[in-house]
Amino acid sequence: MTFETRRLILAGGAALALALAAPIASAPAEAQGKTFRWANDGDVNSMDPYSRNETFLLAFLQNIYEPLARRDKNLKLEPALAVKWGQTSPTTWFFDLRQGVKFHDGTPLTADDVVFSLNRANGKGSNMLGYFATVKAIRKVSDFRVEVDTNVPDPLLASKWAQIFIMSKAWAEKNKAETVGDLTKNEENFATRNAMGTGPFKLKSREPDVKTVLEPNKDWWDKKVEHNLTEVVFSRIANAATRVAALRSGEIDMVYTVPPQDTDTLAKDPNTKILQGPETRVVYLGFDVFRDELLYSSVKGKNPFKDKRVREAIYRSIDVDAIKRTVMRGQSFPTALMVAPGINGYTKELDKRPALLKPEQAKKMLADAGYPQGFEVTLDCPTDRYVNDEKICQAIVGMLARIGVKINLRAQTRLKYFAQILLPKADMSFYMLGWSPAATYDVHDVFINLIQTSNAATKKGQFNPGRYSNPKFDELADKIQVETDTAKRNAMIAEATKIYTGDFGYIPLHQQAVIWAARKNVDLVQTADNSFQIRWVKIK
Amino acid sequence: MLAFVVNRLLQAVGVMLVVALVAFVISNYIGDPINNMVGQDATHEDRARMRTELGLDDPAPVQFGRFIAEGLRGNFGISYQLKRPVSTLIAERLPATLELVLVAAVIALAGGVVGGVYTGLRRNAMSSRAIMTVSLVGVSLPTFVIGILLIYGFAVLPKSCVEGMHLFGRMLLTCAEVGAIALPSFGRGDTVELGSWTSGLLTADGWRHLVLPGITLSLFNLTLILRLVRSEMLEVLRTDYIKFARARGLSNRAVNFGHALKNTLVPVITVAGIQIGSLIAFSTITETVFQWPGMGLLFIQSVQFADVPIMTAYLVMAALIFVIINFTVDVLYAAIDPRLRSDRAGTARA
Repeated sequence: MTFETRRLILAGGAALALALAAPIASAPAEAQGKTFRWANDGDVNSMDPYSRNETFLLAFLQNIYEPLARRDKNLKLEPALAVKWGQTSPTTWFFDLRQGVKFHDGTPLTADDVVFSLNRANGKGSNMLGYFATVKAIRKVSDFRVEVDTNVPDPLLASKWAQIFIMSKAWAEKNKAETVGDLTKNEENFATRNAMGTGPFKLKSREPDVKTVLEPNKDWWDKKVEHNLTEVVFSRIANAATRVAALRSGEIDMVYTVPPQDTDTLAKDPNTKILQGPETRVVYLGFDVFRDELLYSSVKGKNPFKDKRVREAIYRSIDVDAIKRTVMRGQSFPTALMVAPGINGYTKELDKRPALLKPEQAKKMLADAGYPQGFEVTLDCPTDRYVNDEKICQAIVGMLARIGVKINLRAQTRLKYFAQILLPKADMSFYMLGWSPAATYDVHDVFINLIQTSNAATKKGQFNPGRYSNPKFDELADKIQVETDTAKRNAMIAEATKIYTGDFGYIPLHQQAVIWAARKNVDLVQTADNSFQIRWVKIK
Repeated sequence: MLAFVVNRLLQAVGVMLVVALVAFVISNYIGDPINNMVGQDATHEDRARMRTELGLDDPAPVQFGRFIAEGLRGNFGISYQLKRPVSTLIAERLPATLELVLVAAVIALAGGVVGGVYTGLRRNAMSSRAIMTVSLVGVSLPTFVIGILLIYGFAVLPKSCVEGMHLFGRMLLTCAEVGAIALPSFGRGDTVELGSWTSGLLTADGWRHLVLPGITLSLFNLTLILRLVRSEMLEVLRTDYIKFARARGLSNRAVNFGHALKNTLVPVITVAGIQIGSLIAFSTITETVFQWPGMGLLFIQSVQFADVPIMTAYLVMAALIFVIINFTVDVLYAAIDPRLRSDRAGTARA
């Protein structure tokens, strides 16, 4: 053996030893870096912030993209890409942009990007058109000022646009992503799997449905960085049992959707904890008060729900606290209002349900209304939309049987449910729905969509399939829409609230709980809108 | 032979058309995809416009014709949910499923043949009885229960170790040691890209992720093959030629493996071939439990969303796999067994 060959073998052996040792050596180094791993049952379906108007997608993309004004931990607006905003006249809004903000590729943010993004969100293929209903024109005034003209006074524009994220114009144009991906074309839009924003994290890699990796943006404009992470790995784990197992084994640090049946186990596990609070969504029941004869009822020739006494008897016979105790295992927050705490316009003093009626009292009320024997009606319920939706309806069936109202339950999957019960079909007599004013975080969103008189032309009451209608309420809601004086506005909100609750127009049941689970060593902030922000995560 | 192949080919095309029709009809009645695609406050006009754009308003025969015409060109449309071409999505997911199926098939074949021979040769030994009892569990427990049990035993339990606990019988392991043997409960781990193929077979992490889903998927087939090999072995060992072989003074080894096992393998290969098709098509449950990013998972997720393009493409593809396998088996049989080629023999004589 020559000296040369021996050297080669030695070198090879050393290299091999190094290669084998490498994983062991790198393991502690990895442990020092704070990698935050978390999972949800569904994936972020697109990296394009205007492709779907959906809580989870928007919450996730807010790590990469930012709005003009963002929400803080209490859901109040605070400056983000805009430092100042307001109205110069009732129909003109201005936004003064923050200077020195850079996109992840280093290019500076200017008014051009903002105008481009707003137009893209208001353009073809976008699912955010609802946020632009009042907008007439968007224009650049200077490099750091944008003005918006509205058709009618719109006091909620800045609040709504906390959901509209700003993209890089140059990046979108370079990659032919000037408009949102189009389902009718058999091709993928570049922005579906790539992102270019200004936010606290950059998109490092993305395998749809498998793994999405983010890394901190070191040049973020906000110097008050609250997280201590070096990497974020998001995985989709659709199966509930697997998701919980992965959390318990420490493979992931946080689970966004926790199956209700596992909350106890996770709360007892010494390594994990549960975070819960009321969600902004209110689950409620509604009546068909429009048709002269109900589609599904034993009563012929008239509609019992048109009588307020019938609505009141039913309302006051549903024991929401019992539903909370039994069906919801304590994970619900009973309510008397159609809006939840945290939403602008929630009035705490009015959030009191009238006392429950004894069965004989309720029966008497029904008898006074002309139904001494009670009646039969069909209740429509989804089976896979809200937490325990079908079970809640089953509980209600039992409660109403005691006052002689026989409920036939028709429960079906959301894929069929909404097409059936919503307008224009409104093929139901008595239904369940849940609503979160996620567009504006303001009670007016609930008023205009759920409670105002249904009218296709004015686009009001679009989600009011029971077609409850009260002219006094409509008048107030229209005024609330354009009133810019907060005190006056709040007074009108209180008055309008008294009208619909006094009419027993709807039966608000509860807010379901937002439930997250995490390892004990993870600190995070839970907001009522169920919007999980990684910029507030700390790993100890 | 040519006439036979053409005949079978025509049958295959017929089957594919029927499957396509069924897939199409099912997807048309599963529900309304529009509601899932838009936000809660999308207006009626938005919904109606979307329905028109996607061609959901056209009469069913028109939609079916379009589906077949586009499908023949390999174009199954664009996923409603993921907004990416379905053909790309399936091509991305195929490697994960095929690798999982490969590993499961190897485990099932190796375990099944070895176990079957062992229990066949020592059919009265306690160990054989134990294996047969356990195999009964393998056949009767549903896949998702096995998967969850394995996850609990090999992923969760080792990590919820308390120091000083006697976890594995009398072996006293430290928690660090126990933790080190814990297996991952979900996903595919690190993968290597080889052109358009992603492989988890080339990394240690990929292999660790393969263990639990591989065992889960293989278990049913392992027990099936084990029981098949065992009964075939018992059968063959009773035949005359085995007795003669023994009389000739051949060693046990030569008799058992050279003569007996070889003759049991024909039915085993037939069954294994068919089962591989079903492994590919029905790995859905295992993939769901382990969040294995394969085609089955894609399919299940698209059902929940009423993502019609993916559902139909998957059903058609699963049917295609079966049709190809059956076609190949038919042709192979014909090649092996001359009796199936009587038509050719007839023409040759004439």
